[in-house]
Amino acid sequence: MLNVSISGKPPTTTQSNSEIKMPVKLAVRNLNFYYGKFHAIKDINVEIHERSVTAFIGPSGCGKSTLLRVFNLIYHMYPGQRAEGEVLLDGENILAASDYLRLRSKIGMVFQKPTPFPMSIYENIAFGIRLYENLSRSEMDYRVRHALVGAGLWNEVNNKLNQSALGLSGGQQQRLCIARALAIKPEILLLDEPCSALDPISTAKIEELMYLSKENCTLIVVTHNMQQAARASEFTAFMLDGELIEISETTQMFTKPSDKRTEDYITGRFG
Amino acid sequence: MNWVLARRRVVNAVSKILMGVATAVGVFFLLWIMWTTLRFGIAGMHWDLFIKDTPPPGTDSFGLRNAFAGSLILLGLSLLIGVPVGLMAGTWLAEYGFHSRTANTVRFINDIMLSAPSIEIGLFAYAIMVDPMKHFSALAGSVALAILMIPIIVRTTDEMLSLVGNDMREAAIALGAPNSVVITRVTWRAARAGILTGILIGLARITGETAPLLFTALNNQYFTTNVLHPIANIPVVIFQFALSPYTNWQQMAWAAAFITVLFVLVLSILARWLVDRVQVQK
Repeated sequence: MLNVSISGKPPTTTQSNSEIKMPVKLAVRNLNFYYGKFHAIKDINVEIHERSVTAFIGPSGCGKSTLLRVFNLIYHMYPGQRAEGEVLLDGENILAASDYLRLRSKIGMVFQKPTPFPMSIYENIAFGIRLYENLSRSEMDYRVRHALVGAGLWNEVNNKLNQSALGLSGGQQQRLCIARALAIKPEILLLDEPCSALDPISTAKIEELMYLSKENCTLIVVTHNMQQAARASEFTAFMLDGELIEISETTQMFTKPSDKRTEDYITGRFG
Repeated sequence: MNWVLARRRVVNAVSKILMGVATAVGVFFLLWIMWTTLRFGIAGMHWDLFIKDTPPPGTDSFGLRNAFAGSLILLGLSLLIGVPVGLMAGTWLAEYGFHSRTANTVRFINDIMLSAPSIEIGLFAYAIMVDPMKHFSALAGSVALAILMIPIIVRTTDEMLSLVGNDMREAAIALGAPNSVVITRVTWRAARAGILTGILIGLARITGETAPLLFTALNNQYFTTNVLHPIANIPVVIFQFALSPYTNWQQMAWAAAFITVLFVLVLSILARWLVDRVQVQK
């Protein structure tokens, strides 16, 4: 099985390595997306492998974030935005599904700007869990604690669980948002430039968290930070003007990209 | 000599003086009103105001118990009617209507309602409640007051919810929360200080309304809690007593006015305190 394919071209063969390829978790087929009349995503085909980290890079406005918004079906909120084609989650086309609330629980999303809810740290985590499970107080305590420990946030917040989450630092807020998304056990976690507003130490913590999370979750991260893509991902995809130019293993992408435009972008010759 | 700079300095100085004068005029009349109310109000204070009912003409006793109780009942009922309607309508505008034609039409009508003369609202309540029921009632009065309060609540709820960032909504929706949960548990919560302030402002606005009550709740010389009967209330009592020839009645009107001002003042302070407290969190 090939792990990679490019629209309009034969699949690029990646260098053989010792890793065993994981099965395909998310497959995108001929995806087009429109904001009203604006054609934001043009005929994209891509496969994302289970329990891997895939980074999407590309200049601003190339459609990376839009792609994540399609995966999480958040575009349903806005009339005038529409997607064509197929996005297959374990073979099920989520674009055609009617129960998108259930699908959103399987495909979590973390945004560029930390978005803690105006409630306590505890309630922020419990909010998501309560949508799907009816737990006793002690079970909920356990789950909240588990989520915060998982996000490496427990030691920083365990004595102020009942204080407002808005009082946390930006990095803590972002880790809280990741913990909140992971607490409902999504199968895929989408991260839309999760570190762009954070300092290097917080960024390192979040990258570590990403590394740990892929044990039981597939991660897709949009980033403007090339080093981050190189450090944190196994696969990297390069997008330009709504098209997917290239996707390959990260090591290959940053050493021998197959497309000239990818090379130009990575080496900073445009964009 | 730089003429541009010189001109700016002169314009600046003149504007400052004009602003100062305008402020002084405003504050002067406000303080005058407050001082008069305080002076006559304190003079009219009497413990009997709170324990006895309004006295018949020709006696020198004091009492406003029935009017205080009546006003509280009227305000409570108005809140009961006005808050759900105002909150729901404002939420619909901000969360579902956005800038659609329907929503903008509703906003436009709501803005007209905001400045509708209260006497007209009183006449309306008279036509739909008092006339069919064949008698004045506290319920009719509350409906009139609620109609006055609803546009204020609609407007503030709409504006406060619109201020809540879309990123917050998206974050909740991304977790798979249905719209109802997003609104009740996230956006209402984010905007609660503003929404509560709107309700308190609405309450302050109707506290002193007299005209709509003249046609609806009327007045009652006796203590009652029956909302289907005419009921005593502070504004109408002030109106009647202030115009009466009896000294004790006039004093009671001042005392009632003073207490009403105090009540509104407390509401305003409460509103500010709420805003501060929620902004500091939690």
